[in-house]
Amino acid sequence: MFDLTGRKALVTGATGGLGGAIARALHAQGAHVAISGTRREALDALADELGAERVHVVETNLSEREAVEALVPTAEAALGGLDILVNNAGITRDNLFLRMKDEEWDAVIAVNLTAAFRLSRAAVKGMMRRRYGRIVNIGSVVGSTGNPGQVNYAAAKAGLVGMTKALAAEVASRNLTVNCIAPGFIISPMTDALNEKQREGILGRVPMNRLGTGAEIAAATVYLASDEAGYVTGQTLHVNGGMAMY
Amino acid sequence: MSDIAERVKKIVVEHLGVEPEKVVEGANFIDDLGADSLDTVELVMAFEEEFNVEIPDDAAETIQTVGDAVKFLEKNSA
Repeated sequence: MFDLTGRKALVTGATGGLGGAIARALHAQGAHVAISGTRREALDALADELGAERVHVVETNLSEREAVEALVPTAEAALGGLDILVNNAGITRDNLFLRMKDEEWDAVIAVNLTAAFRLSRAAVKGMMRRRYGRIVNIGSVVGSTGNPGQVNYAAAKAGLVGMTKALAAEVASRNLTVNCIAPGFIISPMTDALNEKQREGILGRVPMNRLGTGAEIAAATVYLASDEAGYVTGQTLHVNGGMAMY
Repeated sequence: MSDIAERVKKIVVEHLGVEPEKVVEGANFIDDLGADSLDTVELVMAFEEEFNVEIPDDAAETIQTVGDAVKFLEKNSA
């Protein structure tokens, strides 16, 4: 089950905790993986860890339009095709609504939503031709619940859900699936920086009473990227320890 | 029938799975050949590949029949 041998995958934001975990899991299932991110050293370290085979490093800054346009063709050339696109890259520019600057809004929408749109558009072309494709968009629980201080982030993540559904409907007849994963609170440098009180506040909202792991998000990604998930499309899979149920 | 027309016809027959007799100059992809809007996009992509040309979106919108495609490609492919 969930064997990805021979599949070709591109993971954006692979230098982050979540993206790294996703790249590791896809690779472990046998996929060829192109890892994209802004920090070269982190990408190289991940590539070293995964070994010499089936890994390609593509340094990219998704806030730059040209870089976004170039990413899928570059990955397709390196991998010899593209079966799985994981739109994982994301940034935060938190601020209270009344203080939020246009630049903070625009930056988050550009990377978290517009880049995912452009990358998907580029990827769908080849996927349609090959009559196979899996797009997995990494959203967030706050796209469904909202979160104070994150109007930009929540809007972008909710936007991903709508895009996922509309695109899924358009390309379903071509054997392409498009789904979203909505992580809750996941162990990361961001959650490591929380103090005890903040931590308790968060855990109080999670019935499972613990933070999630990157590996748990990666496992959901492997599932949605697999042949076995071929009849699942347009869905959002919430992986959040029960903190919000849909 | 010109070489270009033959190649266009072959692509249309293969892609839409229609009888070759139906693929005549005046045949409209959607109304006569049962294509959906996504098929028309894919046909344009297939023409681009076969004839090694780029078909801009505004030109693609005017390609609605087999004859439209042949005419465009006769004018624009090397």
